[in-house]
Amino acid sequence: MAIEQRDAPAADDLLKGLWRENPVFVQLLGMCPVLAVTNSAINGLSMGIATLFVLVLSNTLVSLLRRAIPREVRIATFILIIASFVTVVDYLIQAVSLELHKSLGAFISLIVVNCLILGRAEAFASRHGVSRAVLDGLGMGLGFTFALLCMGAVRELLGSGTLFGVAVLPDAFQPWVVMVLPGGGFFTLGALLLLINHMQARRAASAIPVEQA
Amino acid sequence: MSAPGRTLAIETSPHLASGASVDTIMRNVVYALLPVTCWAVYLFGLSALLVLVTAVLSCVLTEHLLCRAAGRPTSVRDWSVVITGLLYGLTLPPALPLWMVATGGVIGVALGKSLFGGLGYNAFNPALVGRVFLQAAFPTAMTTWYPAQLSGRFTELPAAVLTFPFAKPDFDGVTAATPLAQMKFDQVATPAGELLLGTTAGSTGETGALLILAGGAWLVARNMMNWRIPAAIFATVAACSALLHWAYPAQYPGPVFMLFSGGLMLGAVFMATDMVASPITRRGVVLYGVLIGALVVVIRLWGGMPEGVMYAILLGNAASPHIDNLVRPRVFGTSRGRAQ
Repeated sequence: MAIEQRDAPAADDLLKGLWRENPVFVQLLGMCPVLAVTNSAINGLSMGIATLFVLVLSNTLVSLLRRAIPREVRIATFILIIASFVTVVDYLIQAVSLELHKSLGAFISLIVVNCLILGRAEAFASRHGVSRAVLDGLGMGLGFTFALLCMGAVRELLGSGTLFGVAVLPDAFQPWVVMVLPGGGFFTLGALLLLINHMQARRAASAIPVEQA
Repeated sequence: MSAPGRTLAIETSPHLASGASVDTIMRNVVYALLPVTCWAVYLFGLSALLVLVTAVLSCVLTEHLLCRAAGRPTSVRDWSVVITGLLYGLTLPPALPLWMVATGGVIGVALGKSLFGGLGYNAFNPALVGRVFLQAAFPTAMTTWYPAQLSGRFTELPAAVLTFPFAKPDFDGVTAATPLAQMKFDQVATPAGELLLGTTAGSTGETGALLILAGGAWLVARNMMNWRIPAAIFATVAACSALLHWAYPAQYPGPVFMLFSGGLMLGAVFMATDMVASPITRRGVVLYGVLIGALVVVIRLWGGMPEGVMYAILLGNAASPHIDNLVRPRVFGTSRGRAQ
């Protein structure tokens, strides 16, 4: 009984970030990387993974130190923790692929100010145990990665006819240059939000008769 | 109204209506656009006709379908979307692939008009929203021009027009440069006579300067267009370019060339005067025109592109609510210092 009670929220901690409370599509957090670096699928995916990494590690450390951090300076401490992990990620990407590091540019360092990470530290990790904080970070990070990958895939497909650099559409396809420009980010985000809100509205509408019956 | 024994009817102003409704005015704008539309078809032939028809149909269909999707009665009958489509078609290159024409029409009406709530709520001119999207999405196709008065223009179509949807257009050899591009990149000025008649390369409907002016004058005479907007734009462009031409004659073109080339005539007369997206006060309208005129000169002379009327008008649209706020008339009875 006791185990079951603990299991249910644990699974939920992980799953809520993927869809129901997706950081991008539902909470609209961290819009700066969402709009700026998703001009190709690989950029979106690697930015998502970098954020996932920082999010899980900072959630872990914040949760471990939650009783040691004085309430008055908690934001500064969180930022310090996040910034340390971002530095790690920055050097890691530089070591793995200098080309990727160049195409993501300043946005790797800007993970520090991604409000999603600070938001999870403040709202979740500093109030819950380590295991739940890790699951929350993992779920939110995966949800963020999923959203960035969606954005990047749509924009790359329409903007250059490729997916992860591989030509998918026939050679005769006319690329929509605007989709890889900043404006395309806004168009894609708006269209995806429209689609998701539409799907959720339909689900809510179909859920009502079931409850009544 | 107030017959004895009946309750006194109380209504708010305006008490006198001119009788002009939305669809009367809009229908008249269509009439004013007809001469320049016919001239465009004469100059560029069959492809211009197809582009114009596709533009109008795509805009009208989009409006109709979106109204139905939103569960509202269709607003196609007020003619405003026909004007949007016609104006949008007139701003396009005459041999643009028809699938691009339709794409821009859908985007212009959906994003530029319906998303804001339909006629009366659009912050930007929907026709220009469609065009600016195409310019950003397909820059090559949007800057490939065909010469006017080609000999076989009524019998054969440029291959690019009927490109299969979403495929790359294949432009054949007979492309030409617009007068503005010739000026910007080759320092060649087109004679004023050609500019007035519009026998130059350019967008389908932007070249016939005299016919556009005639259509505008007809609307002004019927009190259906605010003449202050084009007047302010023309005055600003003429003054700025005259000053620059006088100071550096070799570097900058004169006012006649600036006024009658490119999309300035069509933009100033029919697009900047969009009743919804322009300011409503008399002083505001003048400020709006000066802003657009100055932006046109700046973009044309110092920008990377040869033409900037489209961007100038869209920026003017964006500024117009703020202009209205800035020049808000003093409320009667309040002091001059604070208009609260």
